[in-house]
Formats: sequence, structure tokens, C-alpha cells
Amino acid sequence: MQEKLIEVKNLTYVYESDDPETKPVTALRDINLDIYKGEFVAVLGHNGCGKSTLAKLCNAIYEPTEGSVTVKGIPSGTEEDGDRIRRIVGMVFQNPDNQIVATIVEDDVAFGPENLGVEPKEIRRRVDEALKSVNMYDLREREPHKLSGGQKQRVAIAGVIAMQTECIIFDEPTAMLDPSGRREVMQAIQRLNKEMGITIVLITHFMDEAVKADRVVVMDKGSIITEATPKEVFSQVDLLRSHGLDVPQSTELCHDLGLGEGVTSTEECVDKICALLGGAK
Amino acid sequence: MISDITFGQYYPAKSVLHKADPRIKLLLTFLMIVFLFVCKNFFSLAVMVFVTVLATVFSGVPFKVILKSIRPVLVILIFTTFLNIFYTKGGTVYFEFWKFSVTEKGINNAVFTVIRIITLVVLSSLLTYTTTPTDLTTGLERLLSPLNLIHIKVHTLAMMMTLALRFIPTLIEETERIMNAQKARGADLETGSLIQRAKALIPIFVPLMVSSFRRAYELAFAMTCRCYTGGEGRTRMKQMKLSARDFVLLALCLIACAGVIVLNIFFEPVI
Repeated sequence: MQEKLIEVKNLTYVYESDDPETKPVTALRDINLDIYKGEFVAVLGHNGCGKSTLAKLCNAIYEPTEGSVTVKGIPSGTEEDGDRIRRIVGMVFQNPDNQIVATIVEDDVAFGPENLGVEPKEIRRRVDEALKSVNMYDLREREPHKLSGGQKQRVAIAGVIAMQTECIIFDEPTAMLDPSGRREVMQAIQRLNKEMGITIVLITHFMDEAVKADRVVVMDKGSIITEATPKEVFSQVDLLRSHGLDVPQSTELCHDLGLGEGVTSTEECVDKICALLGGAK
Repeated sequence: MISDITFGQYYPAKSVLHKADPRIKLLLTFLMIVFLFVCKNFFSLAVMVFVTVLATVFSGVPFKVILKSIRPVLVILIFTTFLNIFYTKGGTVYFEFWKFSVTEKGINNAVFTVIRIITLVVLSSLLTYTTTPTDLTTGLERLLSPLNLIHIKVHTLAMMMTLALRFIPTLIEETERIMNAQKARGADLETGSLIQRAKALIPIFVPLMVSSFRRAYELAFAMTCRCYTGGEGRTRMKQMKLSARDFVLLALCLIACAGVIVLNIFFEPVI
């Protein structure tokens, strides 16, 4: 792939505490990562590995302690640049309740473009389009607190789409949802990437979600352990396990049965087992 | 239980009043309430009652819902009625009992005040029934925008109001969850003296406060992410435009106000 959208170079980030008693915590250590335009990248790791911190650095909410984050040639650092970066990189957070601003769905979706100073008619068009793209158009006049978790999260996603950012970072968007809500949100995310060509960075600890990405970045204790296609990453079952991470169920099954590595889909797994049993499906 | 409270009590419908400009609605409600207190006799009061009834009919809000809004002031109504009947003296004495006496003036006062309070409540709840909280805050923001000249940040105030409205249901839900969690751990919230029960609320309010701060922090992040930098350079999706409808409403209300003044002059004041 071609154009670099986000360029992270030798990035270190330390949480300084106001309280002199507590030691500063180094959340990220010397990270190098490039996100290309149109890509779907999953960042994998368990709690406290620094993946959320990385996300907040990528859209200039935090400033790097050392190293640099450059978005489309704009280095993060000053407040003004931060604003420019956030027009390119949007973000969806874990808890849908804490990112919905307005008391009506469509007003909330309009919040972003309103902040950008877009023309009222154009906002209306973008809001309708964004709501349709996440299948929430029919509920546009509802109150957010009466929606389900998955629906709220889709409203939050529409809010970012309406800003027409080139890249959206999802910070564990499905962590607080039930399975059906998770499916809805994942479908919406994949559609954004495939149909609208938006660059996606999906931060997650669900292996099944990471499998759907073009590239998987695995993190532990503030460093990147490995980055490759899902197939390659999940071939390294032992490496992942040594860092306390799971692999998708089908991968694990095939690995443990000695049927080969890097199996990421259920179908593939079924084929392998059928082949082993020597029978047809 | 608590989550049944619908805050802002907006009643969705497609009536004339729902479609009217929130700025006009705010202004007119204010004007009508002022004129409710300008009324000096039953004739001028009748004009106001007529306007209120008319507004209720055209609001598309069912009568039952309107009645519900009067319920919270019932105690006040009963209380003022008693005070007025027994403590106002003047005119024909109908009934005397120890130190109390029921007089013509007392009864007049009581009836007048009750009608006035009910009209007041119905008028102001009509505003909230027919206007969404968002429209209400934007309307207020626009109306108060001249205050920007004396460096009062009207936009910030309006944003705070919107966020408060937005988070009321969320916080109610949260309170319920915490209460259940504490009950599950054996917290006793229902029995004991008043002081004991008040103390039992501490383990509910502390987590609620902590989580509210966390929410506020996250919300601030989310708003920054969506390029919120304050009121400057912001546009609005929903533009407010005065239409013929709004001018008709305004004219009707002005006629009513004129009527009140005329009737005040032509008839004896009772209050």
C-alpha cells in the first residue's frame, strides 16, 4: 500500500503524576508504526499494554514524551496542530454513553460537523448519509438513552463519519456490548473500510475481531511484539501465549491437533478436520 | 422505578405549537406569565385562561398528560387556598368560627390564586411538552446572545445545560445500578431512623460521584476528538427561522395582553 497516513517514530509516552509519591508510568516504549491509507489495522493486546494510550497519541489528545507522531505530514505537538489532526483522524471510544453529547440522535451526529463550521445544509446531508451507513436512519429522532448499547455505539460511529475524517480509531468499541451489539458494530466497521475506503485502526482484545483486519499489531507492556497479516500473526501461537494472549478458537484447535498453523476461519478449520477424518463434508 | 421519570417531559406530536420557533415560544411563555400577574380581576384572568385552554387544545398534548403536570403543585394549591380563605378579611362575612372568618374577599382571593397557579403551571409545562430540550437550550442561547457583549459566555452555559439534560437519565440509571449493587452486599436502605437511612446513602453517593467524574473526563476527551473548541466558528444543523406561524402566535398573544390591560381598567380589581 502507498501513502502513509499516520507515522509513529520512536514513540515513548510516560504518564506523569501530579502526586510526587507515585512513580511516573511508562506506557509506551520506543514504538515505530506506520498506518497506510485505506488500511484496516487491528491493534491487539490485553489490558494495560498501552494500546489505548497509543490511540490517544494518534489523534493528538496526548503529546509524545519522546519521538514523534505525524499525521499526513502534520506533527502532533501544539494545540493548533492537534485540531488539524483531529479533522483527519476521528475516534470512537469504549463507552457509548460517555461520548454522546446531545439528547437526540441526529443532533449528536451533527455535533462534529457543527464544530467544524460546515454549512447547515451540508451538515443535514452528511448526518442523513452517516446515519444511513450505520443503519440508524430510522431512529434518528430517538433519545440516545433509550437505545441499546450496539445502537448507541453506531450513533457514535455515525458522529465520526459525519465529520468525514480519513481515518477512524476505534478504542475497544465492542468491549461493553453484548454479542449481537458486537456483531452490528463490527459489520459497520468493516463496511466503512470496504465501501467508503476509510482507514480503520481497531483496538481490541477480541481475537475474532482482529482476524478481520488486513494487518494485526500485537502489543505487550508498551512495546510492539509482532506485526503482520492475521494469518501470520496467529501462526505464532506459542509467542502469543507467552504474552498471555489467546488465539482464535479455530486457530487454537488446529494448532493443538497439529493440523497446521494460521487457520483463522471456521470454514478452513472444518476443511482441515474433514480432511483429517478422510471424509467429505 | 426512578427511570420512569421522563426528564424534559417532551411530548412528541406534530402540532402548531410543536412547530413554532422555540425562541418565540420562550418569549411568549415569559410574556404570558408576566401578564398572568398583571390580571387584577376575573375578567382579565378569564382572557388568560382562555388563551391557555386554546394553547392546550392546539398543542396536541392529551388533557391527561397536562393534568399530570398539575399534580406536583397540588399541595401548594391546597395550602394557599386555606391560607387565603381563613386569613384574608374584607367584604361580606359568610361564616365565623373562633378566630377564623370566611369572607367574600377571602374566597375571591383563594379562587383567583388557584386559577392563577394552575394557569401558570399549565403554560410553562406546555413549553416543555412542545419543545425538545435541545431546541429549548438553543432557543435560550439565541435569545440570550446579546449577553455575549458583556462577556457572558452564553454558548458555554447552553452547552452545560444540554450536557446536564443528556446525562440525567444516564446518572439515574447508574444510581439504580449502584443501589442494587449495595443492596446485594447487604446494604439496608429502607429501615432505621432518618439519620441511619441518610448514612446508608453514603455508599451510594460516593461511587456515583467517582463515576461521574470519570464520565466527565471521558466526555471531555470525546468532545475534543470531535473538534469541539467552544462556541466560536460553530454552525448549526437546525437553523431557526421565523415563519408566518410564529408571527400569528405573537399577534394573538399581544391581543390577549391588550385585552387584559383593557379589562383591568374597565372592571373593579378583586385582588
